[in-house]
Amino acid sequence: MSDITKQSLTELVESIKNKKLSSSEVTKAFIERSEKSKVLNAYITEDFTSALDKAKKFDQKPNLDLKLPGIPMAVKDLFCTKNVKTTAGSKILNNFVPTYESTVTENIWNEGAILLGKLNCDEFAMGSSNETSFFGNVQNPIDKNLVPGGSSGGSASAVAGQLTPITIGTDTGGSIRQPASFTGTVGLKPTYGSCSRYGIVAFASSLDQAGPMAQNVKDCALLQEVISSFDSKDSTSIDFKRSHYSKDLTNNIKGKKIGIPKEYRVDGMPKEIEDLWQKGIEYVRDCGAEIINISLPHTNYALPTYYIVAPAEASSNLARYDGVKYGYRANGENLIDMYEKTRSEGFGAEVQRRIMIGTYVLSSGYYDAYYLKAQKVRRLIKNDFDEAYEKVDAILTPSTPSSAFKIGEKTNDPVSMYLNDIFTVPVNLAGLPGISIPAGHDAKGYPLGLQIIGKAFDEQNILNIAFAMEERINFKNKITDWWIE
Amino acid sequence: MSIDLKTIKHISKLSRISVDDQRAKKLVGDLNSIFDFIEKLNELKTENVKPLTSIAETTLKLRSDEVQSKNIREQIIKNSPQDNEDYFVVPKVIE
Repeated sequence: MSDITKQSLTELVESIKNKKLSSSEVTKAFIERSEKSKVLNAYITEDFTSALDKAKKFDQKPNLDLKLPGIPMAVKDLFCTKNVKTTAGSKILNNFVPTYESTVTENIWNEGAILLGKLNCDEFAMGSSNETSFFGNVQNPIDKNLVPGGSSGGSASAVAGQLTPITIGTDTGGSIRQPASFTGTVGLKPTYGSCSRYGIVAFASSLDQAGPMAQNVKDCALLQEVISSFDSKDSTSIDFKRSHYSKDLTNNIKGKKIGIPKEYRVDGMPKEIEDLWQKGIEYVRDCGAEIINISLPHTNYALPTYYIVAPAEASSNLARYDGVKYGYRANGENLIDMYEKTRSEGFGAEVQRRIMIGTYVLSSGYYDAYYLKAQKVRRLIKNDFDEAYEKVDAILTPSTPSSAFKIGEKTNDPVSMYLNDIFTVPVNLAGLPGISIPAGHDAKGYPLGLQIIGKAFDEQNILNIAFAMEERINFKNKITDWWIE
Repeated sequence: MSIDLKTIKHISKLSRISVDDQRAKKLVGDLNSIFDFIEKLNELKTENVKPLTSIAETTLKLRSDEVQSKNIREQIIKNSPQDNEDYFVVPKVIE
């Protein structure tokens, strides 16, 4: 059984297509491993019985032309799943059962995949360590008491721990790439508008994107191919010609121009990250790519911009949680009192903090000084990338300024937690695609990632570069199964 | 720039989130350290920069307004914290 869960998505699809394995066998193997992995706390909701039924049904009449034939998979609990509880990691939604399906998950089920369950995440995707979840923190399979990153922490933990062959997360400021980097997995944040936001619990609408998380680049490309689609239900979904990302995947990146931004060499960056970056530069050079030094002069302003734009949008999006139509309700003396108590008891500390920042920067007298200012700086950050892309095809940076940290290490200092996303946030502000791939280990043996940033809609190019680098790096994740019961 | 207890109480009212004094005091510290960090933006001159409101600067597409989900009233009502089978119920608003 156990060797089934070690297989990549691509191998599993092949095994099912060749009838070496049935969907039921594969589904059972991942369920058994998930059941022995409660210590990781990767799941919020398990849907195992129903998954086995669906697998059995699939095996009775298998459609082997599908891209994910009978493949079981768990998804981040930020995607609405029809008739399956969706919490967004929050007490305020702890009993919410959607009556509709998100477009991204719909696309996945339409290609034959089977829902295993809903994965833990930071509350409303606000966090970088999965410690803000109402359902408790998640363990990183790499080591005991280590955060898996966030907000897609349960997703990253489940893929690295082989509880699911692949998964999807969402990325508003780094929530796919940072946990991928912390767990030695691959995570892609697609171009804004590539994947529909319909049915995803909204955090910051101008930044949110869903994306694939996997054990390798090829699996990531295949899942991206499935989830990316134009959707009239999302007004910012973009109608462009999507590649066959997995079929067109190539390790030939000869002549590609790769930019190295000097501003990403931040003060206090550990030497091992600097060394890793240098190694990455050598790898792409070995593959025949050309290295070009570039400048993204407004990089240092990205985080302050993000911490105005994202909370502002969040404070508007989260206004809907008022205890009336769904979710948690506290008793109040009157309607207003009920609202205020519901939101006070229903939201956790980080979410309340961000709603209040957002409310403040949008409030009368402060709008121009903060929100408008941030929108202007956002333009400057995007312009930096536009100029760089006149000279280069893609940009190579570290994914994070450190490896995974211990649970509790940064919870008391919000700003130090926010600094985790220093290399990932600019990509969301500019709406670009970015991928994190595992590229090495630090002295403690914890994984470190490199990020490749592409031009808008150029996912194929960064997947190719990642694919070529992956071959050279030959990364092996050090998973000891320490948590298995 | 500094955010005081009075401002926190005001924002909490606007946000419809009740906070007790202890939490309010903690928020004063948290928000001040976050805004110290945000103030960095003032180093930049931006008078002539056009604000970026949406990354996908496309015109909105129109679609016909047709009902697609049918007969889900019961399911929707079931999600509400309090109901009488036909309506959402809230505390009394009119005396």
